Amino acid sequence: MQVGLTSYLIVAALLFCLGLYGVLTRRNAVAILMGIELMLNAANINLVAFNRFVAPAAVAGQVFALVIITLAACEAAVGLALVMAAYRSLETIQVDEINLMKW
Amino acid sequence: MPWLIELLKAIGLAVVIFTFLAVVAAMLGVYLERKISGWIQARLGPKHIGPQGLLQTVADTVKLLQKEHITPRHADALIFNVAPVIVAVAALLDWVVIPFGKLGDRVLVVRDINIGVLYFAAMSSVIVIGIIAGGWSSNNKYALLGGLRSASQMISYEIPLALGILWAAMVAGTLSTVGIVDAQVRQGSWFMFKLPSPIGWFGLPFGILASLTFLTAATAEVNRVPFDLPEAESELVAGYFAEYTGMRFALFQLGEYGEMFGMAAVATIMFFGGWTEPHLQPYMWLLVTLGCLVVAAVILTTGLRQTLLVRPILMLAGLGLLLSLVMFFGTRAGLSQVLPSLMWFLAKMFALVFFLMWMRWTYPRLRLDQLLTLSWKVLLPLGLLNLLATGFVLTVWGR
Amino acid sequence: MGELAAFMILSLVTLIPAVVVVTSSNIVRAALSLVPTFLGVTGLYVMLQAEFVAGIQVLIYAGAITVLILFVIMLTEGGTGVRTRQLNDQVPLGAMAAVWLAFVLIVIFTRTGWPTAAGVLPAYNVVAVGNAFLSDYVLIFEVTSVVLLVSLVGAIVIARRED
Repeated sequence: MQVGLTSYLIVAALLFCLGLYGVLTRRNAVAILMGIELMLNAANINLVAFNRFVAPAAVAGQVFALVIITLAACEAAVGLALVMAAYRSLETIQVDEINLMKW
Repeated sequence: MPWLIELLKAIGLAVVIFTFLAVVAAMLGVYLERKISGWIQARLGPKHIGPQGLLQTVADTVKLLQKEHITPRHADALIFNVAPVIVAVAALLDWVVIPFGKLGDRVLVVRDINIGVLYFAAMSSVIVIGIIAGGWSSNNKYALLGGLRSASQMISYEIPLALGILWAAMVAGTLSTVGIVDAQVRQGSWFMFKLPSPIGWFGLPFGILASLTFLTAATAEVNRVPFDLPEAESELVAGYFAEYTGMRFALFQLGEYGEMFGMAAVATIMFFGGWTEPHLQPYMWLLVTLGCLVVAAVILTTGLRQTLLVRPILMLAGLGLLLSLVMFFGTRAGLSQVLPSLMWFLAKMFALVFFLMWMRWTYPRLRLDQLLTLSWKVLLPLGLLNLLATGFVLTVWGR
Repeated sequence: MGELAAFMILSLVTLIPAVVVVTSSNIVRAALSLVPTFLGVTGLYVMLQAEFVAGIQVLIYAGAITVLILFVIMLTEGGTGVRTRQLNDQVPLGAMAAVWLAFVLIVIFTRTGWPTAAGVLPAYNVVAVGNAFLSDYVLIFEVTSVVLLVSLVGAIVIARRED
């Protein structure tokens, strides 16, 4: 079997679905953010694989992947700051216990 | 099968690098540190084991190896055992891109990756995870606090470190370590002193600022004094490795010493010319010879003969004399490379390591908020301004 | 054959710790399993000849984002929360959704005829990416810098203690 475009796409699809399972079934807010990071990584693998196999003349896929890495870092920073602020006033970060609109 | 041969070659080179690091960095480095610390503090270092105490580190290693292997009861055993391995392996992986010299036409480097110095910075940031893992899994509040403090210090100082690396990469035009040394060879001088041709000596302030920023950040990255609050024996009971015994403690130390030598090696590559020989005129080497003779004469004739520093300074003066005489006659005879490049690389790296050890006994330990202030409010703006100014100068007056 | 072996090993190094990340009941162990996942993805990038992205991935994901996640776990209840239930009531539905999506995606990927072009990426892709950022994609570059600044200030303001 040759390692081609579809091999990388399958790995990325599996990683994406694992991340999706993590987002849907975890109670801890930080664990949900970890699932989101897995999904972003899967999207990055797809982009770089398409760059290498479908459009090797330009580096657009790598540029897009770098921008996604940067924005994932920003989003993780802000998301985790929100989790910390929420923990400070709500005393919990299990997302199914945060079910009141006003404390 | 070509990939199997490549795999075996990679394993062989990894063993060579590990042996070099274990022997040179760990054993010689620890011995030098204890001797130099002793001389600076007006006492002799280890003297009894082996001639002049040279086998002291061997004795220490044997002692560490036969210690009991303790895992605290409620510690997470898997992470507790994996943490020192992460630190040691990441510190060793740093050495893959460092070129040791040039043998004929072939550069002595394990792999000259195109993103050499970026890879170096990346491996230094993986070490932080091992430290947090070690601190948390020890199930000990002092270890946890020490681990978190050490991690916050290391990630704060990664930014000035990366800015120093970016400066050198910008001036050289490439991220590869061999490429940076080649750029200095093409320029004819080291990046610390001169920038590429039309600018010349006007690049001196930029080079000095960049190398000082890098060396300060490097000292903080390896948790050495004056930045060793996370490991302060008097305050945090050795910090994140409080619960580690025997060989795992030795692995943490190996990682730290390997990282210190790695930072010194990368600093010599980026700012001091790597394996190149300093190209001075013959009369300059004669002046260096005269200088060494003057130092030796002063030590031997004045009252300094009674102090402890006689023997090391005489040794250094004698070595300097020998070196400069050889260089004088070599450059007079017109040889292009008088001494092997491996020797120059090791000499420069050890000189920087000596500088780092000297700083240890010169400055008091910085408090955590002073340490973080230094990184975020002093080194980061200086690094950014240096980058901006050098970029401007290079674009307007350079290539 | 060597490439196939490398790809298999790297995929396993990526996917098995990812399973640990999403199913482990010990949240610190889940966060630490992110590291081999990210390093496996780095290996896949190197195999796809994108070494600059690989270097940045290790530097930022394995070096900074994992440390950030570990810090927030230590500062919130994670250090002691290893005994609370970590999976919620949606486990069967979530598993079905994930498996169904994986099935659909894999079927689509294997059945489409991708227009693969033969060609080689630029040899030193740091230079190519740098040139692309400053010529074709300069707007993205500038906007990303502004987003970084905004998120930095925002995170500090949100997480700051109110006294």
